[in-house]
Amino acid sequence: MKPAAFEYHAPTTVDEAVALLAEHAPNDGRILAGGQSLVPTMAFRLARPTHLIDINNVGELGKISIEGETLRIGATVRHAQFHTPVCDGVLGQLLTDVVAHIAHYPIRQRGTFCGSVAHSDPASEWCMVSATLDATMVAQSSSGERLIPAAEFFETVMTTTLNEDELLREVRIPVLSDDTVYGFEEFNRRAGDFAISMTLVTYRLEGGKIADPHIGVGGAEDRPRRISEAEAVLTGQTPSDEIFRAAADAAAAAIDPMEDHATNAQYRRDLTATLVRRALEKAAS
Amino acid sequence: MATATNKMLGHLGDSVERLEDPPLVTGKGRFVGDINFPHQLHMRIVRSPYAHGKIKSVDTSEAKAHPGVVAVWTTDDIEDVPPIDFREGSNPTLALFRQYALARELVRYVGDPVAAVFAEDPYTAEDASELVVLDVEPLPALIRADDPPQDFKGQATTEAAVVEQGYGDLEEAFSSAYKVVEIEAKVGRHTGVPMECRGAIGRYDASRDVLEMYGAAKVPHRNRDTLCRMLNRPASGVHLFEGHTGGGFGIRGELYPEDVLVCVAAMRLGRPVKWIEDRQEHLMAANHSRQQIHKIRAAVEEDGNILALDDELYLDQGGYIRTHGTRVANMTTGTLPGPYRIPVYRSICHFRLTNKTPAATYRSPGRCESTFVRERLMDEIATELDLDPVAVRRRNLIALEEMPWHRDLDVLGDSVEHDPGDYAGLLDQGLEQMHWDELQKELAQRRDNGEMVGVGLSMFFEKSGLGPSDGAKIFVDGTGHIEVVTGGASLGQGFETAMAQICAEDLGTDYRRIRVVHGQTNRIDYGVGAHASRATVLTGTAVSKTAQAVRAKALEMAAELLQTTPDALDITDGVIHSKDNPSGPSLTLGEVAEALAPTSPSRGDRTPYLAGEEWFNIDHQTYPYGHHIAVVKVDGETGEVEIEKYFIAYDIGRSINPMMIEGQLVGGLAQGIGGALYEEFTYSEAGDPQSVTFADYLIPTLHEIPNPEILLTEDFPSIRTPLGIKGAGEAGITGALAAVAAAIDDAIGIPGAIRETPISPQRLKKILSERA
Amino acid sequence: MSERKDIALTINGADYEVSVDPRWTLADVIRDHCGQTGTHLGCEHGICGACTVLVDDVPMRSCLMFGVQADGKKIRTVEGLADGEEYHPLQKAFMENHALQCGYCTPGFLMLATGILEAEPDISDEDLNDVLSSNLCRCTGYANIVKAVRAARDEMKAAG
Repeated sequence: MKPAAFEYHAPTTVDEAVALLAEHAPNDGRILAGGQSLVPTMAFRLARPTHLIDINNVGELGKISIEGETLRIGATVRHAQFHTPVCDGVLGQLLTDVVAHIAHYPIRQRGTFCGSVAHSDPASEWCMVSATLDATMVAQSSSGERLIPAAEFFETVMTTTLNEDELLREVRIPVLSDDTVYGFEEFNRRAGDFAISMTLVTYRLEGGKIADPHIGVGGAEDRPRRISEAEAVLTGQTPSDEIFRAAADAAAAAIDPMEDHATNAQYRRDLTATLVRRALEKAAS
Repeated sequence: MATATNKMLGHLGDSVERLEDPPLVTGKGRFVGDINFPHQLHMRIVRSPYAHGKIKSVDTSEAKAHPGVVAVWTTDDIEDVPPIDFREGSNPTLALFRQYALARELVRYVGDPVAAVFAEDPYTAEDASELVVLDVEPLPALIRADDPPQDFKGQATTEAAVVEQGYGDLEEAFSSAYKVVEIEAKVGRHTGVPMECRGAIGRYDASRDVLEMYGAAKVPHRNRDTLCRMLNRPASGVHLFEGHTGGGFGIRGELYPEDVLVCVAAMRLGRPVKWIEDRQEHLMAANHSRQQIHKIRAAVEEDGNILALDDELYLDQGGYIRTHGTRVANMTTGTLPGPYRIPVYRSICHFRLTNKTPAATYRSPGRCESTFVRERLMDEIATELDLDPVAVRRRNLIALEEMPWHRDLDVLGDSVEHDPGDYAGLLDQGLEQMHWDELQKELAQRRDNGEMVGVGLSMFFEKSGLGPSDGAKIFVDGTGHIEVVTGGASLGQGFETAMAQICAEDLGTDYRRIRVVHGQTNRIDYGVGAHASRATVLTGTAVSKTAQAVRAKALEMAAELLQTTPDALDITDGVIHSKDNPSGPSLTLGEVAEALAPTSPSRGDRTPYLAGEEWFNIDHQTYPYGHHIAVVKVDGETGEVEIEKYFIAYDIGRSINPMMIEGQLVGGLAQGIGGALYEEFTYSEAGDPQSVTFADYLIPTLHEIPNPEILLTEDFPSIRTPLGIKGAGEAGITGALAAVAAAIDDAIGIPGAIRETPISPQRLKKILSERA
Repeated sequence: MSERKDIALTINGADYEVSVDPRWTLADVIRDHCGQTGTHLGCEHGICGACTVLVDDVPMRSCLMFGVQADGKKIRTVEGLADGEEYHPLQKAFMENHALQCGYCTPGFLMLATGILEAEPDISDEDLNDVLSSNLCRCTGYANIVKAVRAARDEMKAAG
C-alpha cells in the first residue's frame, strides 16, 4: 500500500497553481489539498496521478470571510476551522454542528472543506451542506473564473462538473437569516464513518407557516441534492408530526438509493425517511 | 524486614505495573517493522485476484526487468519446497488440502500468493508486483459451506473432513423427549485483526549455516520444527526470534506462506529478506475464523431438563487447510455442551473448503461459536416451554457436588474433565451484583414507555492450559539480577510481568529485578508459545517449580556460609536472612550466586551457578467458567444497537495480576462486541472479498464499546496446577455474541429473532419490518 | 522513480535533512529515513490512527501526508514525549492504568492525547471520548485508555 510515483509541485500563488494544473491535468495531474481522501486512494493505487499540485503553500487560499450575504471558504480552509463558528448567526452554528460528524479529529485538522466538495464523495457532509444551502462553487483555471451552482456541480459518485484544469478555489454559501431553523441527522455504523444516509433541513416560519424549506439528502444517492418533492410537502404548512412524516416519506420515495455490499436500497430508503423526519423534528424543537 | 517487604513489589495477586510498558510508551519497542539488516531486500507478494481458477501462466519478465528488482519467483522457482505442514505433524488424510507458499496449478481464494517480488525497497517491490501478468482460467467459486461440496483436484471433494463427537444413545433420548426444540444458528466470518499487520525477516548466515527468522510470534518453537521438516534442516540451524508483537489473538504467529518465502529467499538470494504485510493484504491473507452454520436440536423434558443435544454444523474453512488442521472443528464439537450436563450428545462438523481466505483459530476458537449456538438454544427452550431462561440454565448446570465432571469428548487430544467449580453459585453472585430482578422490572417499565431495551445472559465454560509439558530456566547472576528463560511467547498480554511475579514470589525478590526471555528458539530448546490460554498456566507453573528449585539451592549454599540450616532461612527482597533474626548476618542472592560460580572455592561439589531448570506436566486442561450479561437498547427505526451495560463474571482460580486479567476480559469483550455487531468478512457471489479496508471491516471504536463491570472470583483454584491458576485470555469474548443476541431478542420482544451474527442495523431492521 | 526533493524538518527538536521521493509518506520518512520507529503503521489509509504524530503541534495521520509536505515543519513523535528520564504525565498514566497491552497503537494514542490536552486542557469527558474515538485499539477495549487520558488531563491541569 505504497502510492505510485508522481511528480510533486508546490506553487505559492493561485496563478502558478492553475498554470501547473493546465499543464499537467491532461496527463492526470491533480490538485492536492488536505489529502485525507486522495492519499488513501493513492495508497490503494486506485488513484495514480502522475503530477500532484500541492496547494497548501498558496497562502491566499486559506482565507475564510463574509462578504455581503455570503460566506466564502477558500480552498485550503481545514475542517477543524469550523470547530467553533466561523461566522455569527445560524450558518456558523450549523457548520459547527455538522463538522463534528466529519471523520475524526486528526483528519479534520488536515482535510479541507473545498477538497471534500471537489472529491465529491456522496457521503461527504460538506457536499450535502453545499447542495442543501445552494452554495456556489468558484472554479478557477488559467483562462479565468467560472461560477457553478451546487445543483449543477455534483454529477455522480466522485464526479463533478469541474473541468480537469479547474481548481475549486472557493465555495460560497449564502448566509442564513436569523429566523432560519435547521436540523442535521446522519447515520453510520461507527462514529466517524461514512454516512449510510444523512440529511440537512432548513426552513423559516412566516406567520406560523413553513417558508423556503430546504431538504438535502446525502450518502443515500450517488450525489447529494435537495429533494424538491419533500420540500413541496412542507411549503406553506404548519409544522406538525404529520406534515414532517409526510415530507420524510416524500423524500424517501423520491430518492434513488445506492446499493453496495453492506447496504441495500430498501434500508437506505427507510433510513432516509427516519433521518429526514428526525431532522425536521430537531429543526422545530 | 518490614521496610524491605514494603519496597519489594510483585507478589502473586498484586496489580503491579507491567515490566513491558516502559519501552512501549517511549517509542523504543522493536516490532518486526522496526528491525532492519544491511543489504536487506523487500518482498512483495502478488496475489490472486480470482477466487478460484486454473493458473495457465505467470509472466514475470517485465517485473524482473524493472529497475531495483533482484528476483521474481513463482511456484516453479520453489518447486522443492513442500506445502506448509500442520503444527501437530504430518496428517495423511488432510495433506492434500495444504497450501503451497506460492500457488501451484490452482488459485483458491482472492489473496492466494502467486508470485513474490524481491526488490531494493518496498515502493519498488510494489511497483514491480503490478507488472507480473497472471493468466488464470476462472472456475466457479464456492462461497457457502452448506452448498454441495465440489471436486478438489480430482482427488477428493471440498468436504475435507467430517469431525464427529458424541456419547450416549441419541435415538432413545429423542424418542423419550417431552419436546424437541430445534434452531438454526449462524456465526459470521470475522477474525483477530491485530493492530500490527504481520511481518517477517529471513536472514541466512552462511558462515555458520544458520537460518534466522525475525517476526516470529505465538509458537516460535513449533514453527521452527515445521520449518526444519519442510526445509530439511536441523533444529540447531534454524532460529526464530520474537520481538515486540502488536497483538495476536490466535491468528498471528502461525506459519504462513510469507514466513516460508522470506526464509527460503534469504538462503537462495544471499541477502536478508524483509516482508511487511499491508492492511489490505492482511484482511485477505491472514487467517479468518468463526464462520459456522449450526442446525441443532435438543430433546427436553417439561421442566427444561435437557436429555440430549444433536448438532450438525458446516464450517467454512476457506481455500486451504493451514497449520491447525481441523482444530476448530474439534474444539467446537468438543465444547458445545458447555457448563451443562447433557447426558446424551452428538455433533457432526462438515469441515468444508470454500474459495475464501483460509480460516483457523481466533481467540476462543470453537467456544465462542458453540456458546452462541448453545445459549441461543437454551433461550429457545425457555421460550418453547414457557420457562424463565435463567431457570432453564440452572436446571441443567453441572452441580458442584458432581465435580470433577468427566465428559467423553476430545478437546485437543484431551478428554474434557471439568475442574471443580460452582457454576450456579457464580451465577447467583452475578445476578445479585446486577440486581437482576430490579433490572428486569426497570427494563419492563421502560419497554412499557416505548423504549426497546432488554437484557440477555449467556453462560460458558472455558478451557486453558493445554499440556502436556513446559519447562523454564532461571539464572541468578553475581549482581542478584535474575533471568528467566521460557519457551513462552508474548503477544502483548503481559507475559513477562506474569512470569516475573511468579518467579519473584518463590525467589523472594522484587519482580523488577527479573528479566523474562520468551520466543527465542536459540535460548531454550522447547516451548509451548502462547496460545489456548496456556502461557500462564503451563509456563507459569514451570517457572514456579524452577524458582523453587533455585531457591532451595540458594538456601542450601547460604546455610553453609551462614553456618545454619536452610529451613532457618528466608529470602526477602533478594536478601537471604535468618527467619528468627532478620537483621542478623545475611547474604544477597548475588553473593550466593558468586559463591556458586565455577571457580568459587565455596562451591564444593555443587553444580556451578545459582541456576535451575524444571519442568511441569499437566494431565488435563483446566476449565474456568463464567457468564456474561448484556443490557441493550435498540433503535427500532434504524436497527442500531447500543450496549448500555455489560457484565462479566469469571472464576480465575487464582490471579497473578488482577489488573492484567481484567484487561484481558475487557479487551476480549471489545472483540466479542465487534463480532456480535460490526465485524464481518463478506464476499460477492463471485468470491470477491468485500471487507479489505478498515472502512469496510468495522473494528469498534471506543464509542461502540461499553466499560463493563467485572466480577473476578478466585473461589475454585484449579486442581490441575499447584498454583491453582486457570487461564484468562479468552473469557471476555466467549459469551459476548450470545449475550448480546439474547438482549436484543428481549429488547424487541421477539424471542429467537437473532440467529445470525453480526447483527447489523440492516439485518435487525429487516427482522423488525418482517414482524411488524 | 520521480525526482527527489531535499527537505528539512525537525523531529522532537532534532534537525533532519532528507532527500525524499515525493511519494514517500511522512510516516515512512519518519521511520525509515529518520530512524524514529516509535511511530507505527496500522493501516496506511487513515483509519486506525497508529501513525498519529504532531505536525506543528497538531495531531495528524502521518500516513496521509507526504514527507515532502513536511518540509520546514516541526514534528513531534512518541520518542520526544518524555523529558529525559522523566515520563510525560500521559506515559505515566498509561502505565499506571494498564492502558496498553501490545503497545502497537499506544504511540498514536499518546500523540493524539498530547495534542488535544495541549490544545484544550479543560476538555470535557464527553469531548475527550469523541477525540479518542479517532484511533483504534484491539487489545484494551478502550476503558483503560480513557481512564489514563482523563487522569493525565487532571494531573496536567493541577500542575498548571
